[in-house]
Amino acid sequence: MNSVIPAPIARQPWQMLIPLFILVAFGGAVLYSAAGGNFQPFASSHLIRFAVFFVMASIIVWFPRNFVKSAAYLVFGVVLIMLVGVEVMGAVKGGSQRWLELGFLRIQPSELMKPTIVLALASFYGTLPSGMIASWRAVVPAAALIIAPVGLVLLQPDLGTSLAIVFCGVVVMFLAGVPMRWFVAGGVAAAIATPLAFFFGLQDYQQRRVTTFLDPESDPLGSGYHITQSKIAIGSGGFSGKGFNEGSQSHLNYLPEPHTDFVFATMAEEWGLLGGILVLLIFALIMRWGLNVAKTANDRFAKLLAAGMVATMFFYVAINLMMVMGLAPVVGIPLPFMSHGGSSMMTNMICIGTLMMVNRWNREQNRSGFIR
Amino acid sequence: MAFGKRRKSQKRPPTVNASTLASRYDRRSFVITAVGAGVGTLLAGRMAYIAIAENEKYRVESESNRVNLTLIPPRRGWLLDRNGAPLASNRADFRVDVIPERMVNPERTLDTLAELLSLDAVALRDLKETVADARGFQPVEIGTGLSFEQFAAISVRLPDLPGVVPQRGYSRFYPTGPSVGHLIGYVGPASAEEYEIDRSPLLVTPGYKIGKDGLEKQFEQELRGEAGARRVEVTASGRIIRDLDTRPDVQGSPVKLTIDGPLQDYAARRIGLESGSAVVMDCDTGDLLCMSSMPSFDPNSFSSGIGSIEYAMLREDERVPLRNKVLKGLYPPGSTIKPMHCMTFLQEGIDPNETIVCGGGRRIGSRFFNCHSNHGVVDMNKAIAQSCDSYFYHFAQQVGFDKIAALAKRLGMGRQFPLPVTSQFYGTVPTPAWKEEKYGEPWRTFDTVNASIGQGYYLANPLQLAVMSARLATGKRLSPRLTMDQKVPVPADMGFDEEHLAYLRQAMSDVVNGAGTARRARLPLDGIQIAGKTGTAQVVGLNVSDGRTGPWKFRDHGLFVFFAPLDKPKYAGAVVIEHGGGSGSAYPIARDIMTFLFDPAKGMDALRSYERQWGGNAKERLAQKYARYAEAAGAEIPPSPPRAEEIFDRVDAEARMAAQQAEEFAENTDTVRQGRSNSGDSTGSGTGTPR
Repeated sequence: MNSVIPAPIARQPWQMLIPLFILVAFGGAVLYSAAGGNFQPFASSHLIRFAVFFVMASIIVWFPRNFVKSAAYLVFGVVLIMLVGVEVMGAVKGGSQRWLELGFLRIQPSELMKPTIVLALASFYGTLPSGMIASWRAVVPAAALIIAPVGLVLLQPDLGTSLAIVFCGVVVMFLAGVPMRWFVAGGVAAAIATPLAFFFGLQDYQQRRVTTFLDPESDPLGSGYHITQSKIAIGSGGFSGKGFNEGSQSHLNYLPEPHTDFVFATMAEEWGLLGGILVLLIFALIMRWGLNVAKTANDRFAKLLAAGMVATMFFYVAINLMMVMGLAPVVGIPLPFMSHGGSSMMTNMICIGTLMMVNRWNREQNRSGFIR
Repeated sequence: MAFGKRRKSQKRPPTVNASTLASRYDRRSFVITAVGAGVGTLLAGRMAYIAIAENEKYRVESESNRVNLTLIPPRRGWLLDRNGAPLASNRADFRVDVIPERMVNPERTLDTLAELLSLDAVALRDLKETVADARGFQPVEIGTGLSFEQFAAISVRLPDLPGVVPQRGYSRFYPTGPSVGHLIGYVGPASAEEYEIDRSPLLVTPGYKIGKDGLEKQFEQELRGEAGARRVEVTASGRIIRDLDTRPDVQGSPVKLTIDGPLQDYAARRIGLESGSAVVMDCDTGDLLCMSSMPSFDPNSFSSGIGSIEYAMLREDERVPLRNKVLKGLYPPGSTIKPMHCMTFLQEGIDPNETIVCGGGRRIGSRFFNCHSNHGVVDMNKAIAQSCDSYFYHFAQQVGFDKIAALAKRLGMGRQFPLPVTSQFYGTVPTPAWKEEKYGEPWRTFDTVNASIGQGYYLANPLQLAVMSARLATGKRLSPRLTMDQKVPVPADMGFDEEHLAYLRQAMSDVVNGAGTARRARLPLDGIQIAGKTGTAQVVGLNVSDGRTGPWKFRDHGLFVFFAPLDKPKYAGAVVIEHGGGSGSAYPIARDIMTFLFDPAKGMDALRSYERQWGGNAKERLAQKYARYAEAAGAEIPPSPPRAEEIFDRVDAEARMAAQQAEEFAENTDTVRQGRSNSGDSTGSGTGTPR
């Protein structure tokens, strides 16, 4: 460590923070262009939100390990009750909704559930005796922890978030060492259930999204329009793009949702393949750092918590990018740190804050280890 | 993975402790890292593929998204008269069209437009029907000649009116309106059938019109010109951001006609309240100076889509204002062919001074055929000047009708002329062979009798009569010409004996200037004399009507063929008035037309006094008539057919029907002849009583 720089600053994880700042600033630039060359309404609120949630993340960093571990089920319970609250509110008001109005704040509990399920499962497997990992008692409570919120979110109905929660939970279970046969069995069950769910469980518009994904040209002006226009935006950008503020697809409204779900296409049109590679690299750097944090952690709770947070962010990035490039159906998942939107920014900053928190635990444990 | 091995080696579940879990975590996190890296690589590869390999394709698609190409309809070429004055030109105006395919709520949009343009209920109903029937891509005209305020009012509401296209453009303008309706035709939006044949994108451009009839249709390719194009940047919702570039249109070439615009208008207006047509030809070149047919329609109102009331008015009119009577009106030529028949007699060696006695008719074979008057001793001059039928019964019988028919055909009867017109009717010159073929019956004596005075099966259109008159006046094979070509045709000589021609010219002069049947046709000019021949064509038997009074439909047609000046024919022509009650309805019109040609001021004076009596000129009277009709009809008028072509199909059918009726009448003409001789010219004191 360099002695010129004060230790509290020097010990921050700059290898992650600097790429993150670059990414958020880049996202701001893209949103500036998406608004037709204005800071209002997207870019400014994007940066302000980042600042606010960065403060939140900085507060998370200081939570002690035992406090977090013991509060895990409590937090899970609160978020689950909020999900039920959404259902009740929807039933009372008529029509489905995903938001919970708290007067000063509007909260989307299903978003909060993504890091929360990671926290709850990490806590569960962190306290589970090693010998029990092979038994059913390692699986059934965990499955219950996953199924309860997923069921509620499916009722909203929000397929994308449901899948995200399942994905996060399954990754934590996988890393916790649950025997492989459960995953094989789960995979087979999913393979059987998927067609059934498609025909009986999905709403019409959700079915259409899937069929359109399989053949975008079948409906060029309907659901396929999104994918087609997104590919046109990315493809016409070429190697180095059309130039900042020169994207015709986004500026002339051909690209739907140019500031939220399809922000990557907006970026790629103006910055080309170079911009795309930069974004991918930054996400890779952040996630590699996150996995390192998990690897460095000494106890199972911290390891699983950190890895689960990385998985949460990974799910966002992978599904969003596959969607805009026509590799996945349009499911309405935004791109972390670039898309305009408070909920996803909050979720992802919770993930970053949690990772920084685990990073602090690791550092302090190592230091105390030296002393001991 | 690792489980498989373990299960083989041990039957009991393995003992799991913290260190095995830690190593399992390491292995599995490596797998997850690898999968994540794989997904990242896949995404990078996918993006590179779209952005680099498929760049060209998507670049084109992005451009075609961004750039919208709008055709600028070319300005239509003008139709000019022989002096370069426009018979059809273009007027800049504001217009609005709709594209039914792009309309979200046609009903409401049209209601809004009707309110903005203050359209009445009938016009709105017409529009709704047209829009409902239109195929998606076909633009439908809502209105032309909008005021700037109306144009602006529609333009600002455009976001709420999808499918509505307001634009500045040009609309076709016919300064003399009904006077040129039949000759020039009109323009209108292309129909689906026309688009099938000519897939030019111009045809579905809002506001673009093609020639639908007459010369507008014949010269479509010359008049069309080349479309311009405007490239604009548009948003996904179609809002124009900015102009990129513009290529101006190339106006269609003008077509110069031989028509003398003012004469055309004069003749049309002079026909006045009658139903008929007038043709004037130049005797040096064959140039058609006027081809007026009345009553007519106003091509200006046809161009902007004819309304149901106006269409009903035209359709229900028994004077068929939708038919071009110059080319498609067929009439028994009556006595107008008498000079031509005399030419055959002269060629066959008959002495013009040879006389017969007309005793109010003449016995031919075993039957007695009436003349309209008792002419006493008649030579050729008197036979023409006073139109004695008996003379023709006798000599036609003597030379045989085949020879007469042969000359008639040489003079243009029963022929079509190479003119740029959509259709012209042949008419009939009856011969024994023709009758045998058509009816399977032999030629009989009374057929010769009837044909010798231009009745019976004889049918001709006014253009043929004019050509006959010109060829007889000049002795030259003049051919009618409608467009000013580079080279002026030099007509061949017909090979007539100059003495014969002089004789006939004098006889035709005597019709007007001597003791003839058309003394009131004399020109009110010094030193210029007109020569001509009257004709009266009976349409029904005397048992139905006397031909002069009674229902309009049963009155005789009035005909007059003429040329002037007498000494050196410069103009020749024909006037035919349907059911005019005799030639007295025709020759005053010919007189005034000729007067106008030589002395326009004098001609106009005559016309003005008539128009004061009639209540305005043709255009004004048409407008008044429409107003009265619309008021009387209210909203009870059935809607017009969706396609303008149907109007003309029907009219053609009617026209043919009319010709057929004439033929049917000819078949029964034997009784006519028995009943009444019918060359009856107006001065004749024809008794009309059977003997």
